[in-house]
Amino acid sequence: MILVVLISILFLGGVLAWLSEGLDARFPRVVALAAVVIDLLLMLTLVGAEAGDSSWIVSLNAQWMPRFGVSFHLAADGLSVLMMLLTAFLGAIAIGAAWSEITERAGFFYFNLLWTLAGVIGVFTALDLFLFFFFWEVMLIPMYFIIAIWGHENKNYAAMKFFIFTQVTGMLMLVSILVLAYFHYVQFGWFSFDYFDLLKVNTSSSIEMWIMLGFFVAFSTKLPSFPFHSWLPDAHSQAPTAGSVILAGVLLKTGAYGLIRFAIPLFPAASQQFAPVAMTLAVISILYCAKVAFAQTDIKRLIAYTSVSHMGFVLLGIYAWNEQALQGAVMTMLAHGLSAAALFMLAGGLQHRIHTRNMDDMGGFWAKVPRMSFVALFFSIAALGMPGLGNFVGEFLALLGAFKTNITLTVFAAFGLIFASVYSLWVIQKVFHGAYRNTDFDDSHLSDLSRREMFYFGAMMFGLVWMGMYPQSFLDLSAETLGLLLNETDPVVSAVVR
Amino acid sequence: MTFDDLLPLMPLLIVTATSVLTMLMIGIRRSYLTTGTITIAGLLAATIVAALMMDWTNQQITPLLIIDQYSLLFTVVVCSAAMFIAILSFPYFFELDDHREEFYLLLSIATIGAIVMVSSNHFVSAILGLETLSMSLYGMVAYPLHSKHSAKYPLEASVKYLVLSAAASGFILFGMALVYAQTGTLSFASLVELPGAENSLGENYSVIALLMITAGMAFKLSLAPFHMWTPDVYEGSPMPATTYLATIGKAAMFVVLLRFIEITEALSFESIVTVLTLIATASILAGNLLALLQDNLKRILAYSSIAHMGYLLIAIIASHYATGTIGIEAVTFYLIAYVIMSLGAFGVASVISCSEKEFDAVSDYRGLFWRNPWLSCIFIAMLLSLAGIPLTVGFIGKFYIFLSGVESGLWMLLAVLVLGSGIGLYYYLRIVYRMLMPERETMAYRIGGVESVSSYGVLAILLILLLLFGVYPAPIMSIVATASSFI
Repeated sequence: MILVVLISILFLGGVLAWLSEGLDARFPRVVALAAVVIDLLLMLTLVGAEAGDSSWIVSLNAQWMPRFGVSFHLAADGLSVLMMLLTAFLGAIAIGAAWSEITERAGFFYFNLLWTLAGVIGVFTALDLFLFFFFWEVMLIPMYFIIAIWGHENKNYAAMKFFIFTQVTGMLMLVSILVLAYFHYVQFGWFSFDYFDLLKVNTSSSIEMWIMLGFFVAFSTKLPSFPFHSWLPDAHSQAPTAGSVILAGVLLKTGAYGLIRFAIPLFPAASQQFAPVAMTLAVISILYCAKVAFAQTDIKRLIAYTSVSHMGFVLLGIYAWNEQALQGAVMTMLAHGLSAAALFMLAGGLQHRIHTRNMDDMGGFWAKVPRMSFVALFFSIAALGMPGLGNFVGEFLALLGAFKTNITLTVFAAFGLIFASVYSLWVIQKVFHGAYRNTDFDDSHLSDLSRREMFYFGAMMFGLVWMGMYPQSFLDLSAETLGLLLNETDPVVSAVVR
Repeated sequence: MTFDDLLPLMPLLIVTATSVLTMLMIGIRRSYLTTGTITIAGLLAATIVAALMMDWTNQQITPLLIIDQYSLLFTVVVCSAAMFIAILSFPYFFELDDHREEFYLLLSIATIGAIVMVSSNHFVSAILGLETLSMSLYGMVAYPLHSKHSAKYPLEASVKYLVLSAAASGFILFGMALVYAQTGTLSFASLVELPGAENSLGENYSVIALLMITAGMAFKLSLAPFHMWTPDVYEGSPMPATTYLATIGKAAMFVVLLRFIEITEALSFESIVTVLTLIATASILAGNLLALLQDNLKRILAYSSIAHMGYLLIAIIASHYATGTIGIEAVTFYLIAYVIMSLGAFGVASVISCSEKEFDAVSDYRGLFWRNPWLSCIFIAMLLSLAGIPLTVGFIGKFYIFLSGVESGLWMLLAVLVLGSGIGLYYYLRIVYRMLMPERETMAYRIGGVESVSSYGVLAILLILLLLFGVYPAPIMSIVATASSFI
């Protein structure tokens, strides 16, 4: 029941935020923040909860469309809880980022923000594939509005591209889901979209590969991975800061979550055969997008490409499919969620102050805005994988796990860490070091981070240090889920490997 | 024909009585409000009666009409849609500088035709219903003819529709004659197991007959390559007539096509399957691609309707291969969904337009979201539904079609469907984006007076239906499933 409450609070909070705009223009953000914080607190009650005999801490199953065996099946285990916590935490951060930036039509903005979050929570808890697809699409529309209304100069193009990429690949996934449900119908005599029912379906190997590809395309577009990544730089550079935070911090993770929860457990054999291809794509993402990031002058596009590069480690870890690699993937998801969100907030903050994202115009900001420069240095170093911070733990574990399955690819992937240092430090040097220059923009609004902003960045820094210094508290949460998934797929996987 | 036979015909009789009453009313005293009220009340009564009859009526009334759950379901759809259009047309024609009352007469007569069509399993009733519907539509399309500053090309649209539609009817009639030569009966009957096989003309004649009928019907449904008339007629007609043509006209014709194809087992002929597959592919691609090039809302919706008819054809083809009635259910559900979302989309355009000035350019909708949020929310919901996005009935409809396609293994058509839907997103979102843009200058939208209040009510009902069937479709699914078993 608590899961329904979590989702409804966000849906209703969104409506309330929109309506409250009529009373006072400042109400929507307060309402939105309240809704997200209540959600976050409720989620914390799930963290220590005993799972009982299964790994599912809470679950709820009700009939929805009996004609096709579609049920309203929500459940959460350690992995879901971890992802939900990230969602709510970054949701609160995003509201902070929008606090003073979004002044026009704020009510509708927070409505969209909360509905996106509600859709994401739904994705992380749905255990009926129809319901999963339902939420998968529900989170798109409000995100489209966020980019299309509050975005920057080229917002129409970016919003449209984002929507069409994710929607079309989503439809391929829908076809795959339907084929799987139909196989269930053929083998068992009734329709079911339930995760546990579909796990039992036997698919012949040639078809299995096609169905799996439907899922893979949808998830790897969202992740995103080469060659489906091209929507991301556009969407990020045009989205308002809060939109970027949600997009990079949360929405991308739904793709990785989908791979871990659905794509591989439902089709273990096909995934195992496909793993070398997926891992190669991951390595291409890591190296190619790191290279492309280095060539950008638009600071938001640069961060967007680094996102693709870092998510490559996640993809690599997932398809290595062993305990360290999976733990690494999950850890990278969390850490990258925080570090990318923070970097986008910094870029958004800069753009808000000086109205440009062009790095060629910037230089020597350290003297002018020391606090902001320090924060930027911290998160750049986190992103490049400095030991002691969360990203290092994640990427190191992912590489360690991947090394067991594919040495060559892992060796190449490891170069990504070096590339990451190059572009991260290059940005710091270009924007913050050197002589201050303000010839190309009006710097009258270039002020240092406010106390409120410092609070948000402080919270994220704390998170990253915690993940880096004591990752066990996060690893424990997801360990049971991942262990079970590995156990279930083990017979099939080892048969294929042999 | 006994009194017991008359009872199942109640919805038809009520609508007929309504049109007679409307006609007499106009003769006695011209009153726009009274005529409108009579029509709306009559259609409402027919809707309610048909809905109440659904559970216990299953009867062949003379060889011409079949009154079963399926025909009653669509009688409900047709009558309620006609009622909504009647309500929407009230403010639209309110300021027309001409006789306004006869539009309701034409509307109710057209509805008689549509009811006959959805209840027919006989060539005579099918063609009678079709012609009654089409004849009234010619009048409706050309209605604001004498108006001084009205829509630009009603006459052109009407004549175009008349000529091409008559040609299509000719095809259908010729095809029917050939079928009659084969089967010896004017009732829909299987063409596969012919009673006097030794006397029949041979299979090729059956195929030719089916092709001619399919071509004629494809014309009425505006399936590619018989779609050329659609955008022009949509654009030229006054908004309520376009709405009628796009919703009831299409739905009634599709029900006839469905019954015809199912009963004659037309899909047992390989060549017919091939032809339908080609038509579906061409419609989806042509409709979606050509819609990209349009700047006029009515034309966009016209091309999108071509694509939607193509989607429906996939489900018809699937009904032949799939086990059970999933194909028929898919057609049924999608038709209902299509009627709801088209009514809503055209309804919004009707509400801000009137017979003197239509707002049908996409650029007219710039900033509507900030000017009139509720109206534009309804419009956005309808467009997203047409695009097949969850939370709306359009998604469940698309889900049905995907499922029927998967069950039948129609992979090629499914790929076309995915591609078409992807292209479709672009032009639907383009309209949505226009509405979200900041207002440029104050648009001279008609500010509805008291007469528009009921139109907003209709739009609200449509929005509720759209979301209800999209989020909790279980009840309507079971109705559709039961009704489909009667085909």
